[in-house]
Amino acid sequence: MNVWLEKQRHLIDFTLASLARRKTKNIGLLLAYAVLVFVLASLMLFTQALRSEATFVLAGSPEVILQRMVAGRHDLIPPGYIEKIGRIRGVQKQEGRLWGYYYDPVVNANYTFMARPADEVASGSIMVGATLARARGLAAGNVISFRSYSGKLFAFKVAAVLSPDSELLSADLVLLSEADFRAFFEYPAGHYTDIALSVANPQEVRKVAEKLSTTLPDSRPILREEVLRTYQSVFDWREGIMLTVLAGAILAFAILSWEKASGLSAEEKREIGILKAIGWETSDVIRMKMWEGLLISLTAFLLGFIAAYVHVFYFGAAVFEPVLKGWAVLYPRFTLVPTVDGLQIATLFFFTVFPYTAAVLVPIWRAAITDPDSVMRA
Amino acid sequence: MRRPSSFAFILLALLGLLFVLIFAHSWQLTVTDQSRLQANRTLVTQLGLTDLALFSESRYTRHPSQADLHSALQDHPGAFDHFPTGSLISPPTHLTATHERLAGKTTSPD
Repeated sequence: MNVWLEKQRHLIDFTLASLARRKTKNIGLLLAYAVLVFVLASLMLFTQALRSEATFVLAGSPEVILQRMVAGRHDLIPPGYIEKIGRIRGVQKQEGRLWGYYYDPVVNANYTFMARPADEVASGSIMVGATLARARGLAAGNVISFRSYSGKLFAFKVAAVLSPDSELLSADLVLLSEADFRAFFEYPAGHYTDIALSVANPQEVRKVAEKLSTTLPDSRPILREEVLRTYQSVFDWREGIMLTVLAGAILAFAILSWEKASGLSAEEKREIGILKAIGWETSDVIRMKMWEGLLISLTAFLLGFIAAYVHVFYFGAAVFEPVLKGWAVLYPRFTLVPTVDGLQIATLFFFTVFPYTAAVLVPIWRAAITDPDSVMRA
Repeated sequence: MRRPSSFAFILLALLGLLFVLIFAHSWQLTVTDQSRLQANRTLVTQLGLTDLALFSESRYTRHPSQADLHSALQDHPGAFDHFPTGSLISPPTHLTATHERLAGKTTSPD
């Protein structure tokens, strides 16, 4: 065993010395390789962390949201709707929600206005999300005015700024009292935006949704599981889009590594010829090259993955931020909870380390089985 | 003089250790992370939130789970998607789902 280990160590020593002779080329390859792993791993870690965070926090969202549709569009819930739902068995609690969008021309951003009970937000005051507060330079105690869609000016006192830890959920949120909400948007009395329902038995949610569709045919129930599924598919899709964008870079690297690994230079061929001439066996030459492929790809994989982890969880995935921001003026600052999916990392490992190591072997085997004399003369 | 393989082993061992630590770190959530996640879930329950505030440029990207099925065509039927975020949100599954392959399965001739 010790003899075998010592032999492998000597092979590695020889491989490293051989790599050092073509230092610039090999360091360049290692860096390009590590950057590719870094980008792919960053993408995987970022979407996985967002996906698991969305799944965890949105598990607390209402079991069913009931919207009313008119001509395929979301419409207000008229008076009497909530009472009709109350008669459906299995519905534990129903609550009319009031929320809507407001475009602020000062910073060209959209806000989400949401009414809260008077014991949470007093009339004349608002609570705002931390991103919005930053964009408008607001702090608790400040007064801000918004011009409503009817042209009237409304002044509100900022009672509090929501915790910056919740920016991912509350970036553009403005919480105000029900009376202020109705006055600001001139909402007709007794009307609501939609209805949040809670169902006592989780097994009955689908049944309740069916009953809602029958009792109120113009309604559209949205289940919590659909909300969660939406976010799963949003992030799957986004990961796919980014991978498609990166496909060019991945292919370029594949060509580079294939070229490097499969096309032996004259110098490398001569080296193999000399090794064979001085008594190396074909298996030794192949083992030496296998170590070369493994050392380069393993180092690049580990470097790329560690850098991706630091980039996503400590630098807020700065490389992807411009893509994610889109046209939104208000973009939340958030730190994701570190999540690593072992299977995803294993897949990345398999598709980056394995092909390179394998690609190195074929031409070496071909060169190593030919006559040393003809290899050296070639 | 130290052999080149020793340097390689030390480097790989260090990187490997960091790799293992990353797994350990991500499995063991810190108290701060746990309390932040829990506080966010409580906020979602308390306010009845349904979506993440990632894209606030339009209503169907701000609340993808609540948007009506025609909101991307809000300007006129067949209108092109206005916002780049629309390309980052997947189309409804029925548009991408494949139809059942019925070749050779039907009783009546095709």
